[in-house]
Amino acid sequence: MVRLITHNMLACHVKNCTKDNFPLVFSEVELVIRESEANYDFLRRFMPKLDWPALVDTARSLGDETLPDDQPEEWTDEQLQALHHVLMEMHVEEGNMTCRGCGHVYPISNGIPNMLLAEHEVGR
Amino acid sequence: MSRPEEIAPPEVFYGDTEATKYTQNTRIQSIQAQMTARALELLALPEDEVAFLLDIGCGSGLSGEMLDEEGHIWVGCDIAPSMLEVALEREVEGDLFLHDIGQGFGFRPGTFDGAISISVIQWLLNADATSHSPTQRLTRFFTTLHASLRNPSRAVFQFYPSSDDQVHMITSAAQRAGFGGGLVVDYPNSRKARKMYLVLMVGSQEVPKGLDGEEMA
Ligand SMILES: [Zn+2]
Repeated sequence: MVRLITHNMLACHVKNCTKDNFPLVFSEVELVIRESEANYDFLRRFMPKLDWPALVDTARSLGDETLPDDQPEEWTDEQLQALHHVLMEMHVEEGNMTCRGCGHVYPISNGIPNMLLAEHEVGR
Repeated sequence: MSRPEEIAPPEVFYGDTEATKYTQNTRIQSIQAQMTARALELLALPEDEVAFLLDIGCGSGLSGEMLDEEGHIWVGCDIAPSMLEVALEREVEGDLFLHDIGQGFGFRPGTFDGAISISVIQWLLNADATSHSPTQRLTRFFTTLHASLRNPSRAVFQFYPSSDDQVHMITSAAQRAGFGGGLVVDYPNSRKARKMYLVLMVGSQEVPKGLDGEEMA
């Protein structure tokens, strides 16, 4: 149940890992699509928070090519629906999220990512 | 009865048996639901707007279910896998994370429109491993939470402190992390109905008042 809306907000939280700690890279992914009703108002309010290049790259790495390279300034309903699909309907159920900075692997099992760190990885 | 946080760490206490017991007990459920409703009220989100929220110590998804009903999009985290299993069975809509909040969050700055937490932060005060210093864990938790909330927003914690010292430790760690706000005590004069909420604020805001007078049923 890791949706891309959440993944796009998530960086590595290992101690002193501040470079290339976002976005976490998916691998060995098992994807499930669950349709849900789109809320365009929410999407519009959420847009400024998105890291667009990271979202586009991640969506493409999971086989979804519907998002344009650049974040549109004026959105058509079709584009909003595509954004809704990518953010809210694509659920990563199994796989790994790997940090490009420190190499930490966050495994996802049964839809739940394991974010627990070893004691030496915990920041102070 | 001993307080659960004095018996064992949460991931041990809320093993399969406790997780099932916890979610089947209707009295606990109705108290939890009441406290969640009150926490949401104290969160004071803009009306009729879907928010992106964090449920800290989401447990079996009881509060998450209420967030679903309100139409919010949320992320829940908990350290007890067996509780998260129950949340999965409940088919809550939120994204669930296995996470030790004392290790801090990695969410990007300004991610959440608010956060709620029901009966959880007192757990941060017991040091289950020698390497865990409660003060360090509190600091790490509040600092990274503060960063992940947008300005302005709130984080509302219902909690059961066992002493005034604990309240002080928690509130001063929150203040050091940059939060404003403070304690809201509902029904302070009732032994049974008394509930304590820590209402933390990002950006300058006024602290809401506790409920008084007639108790809830
Ligand atoms: Zn890292």
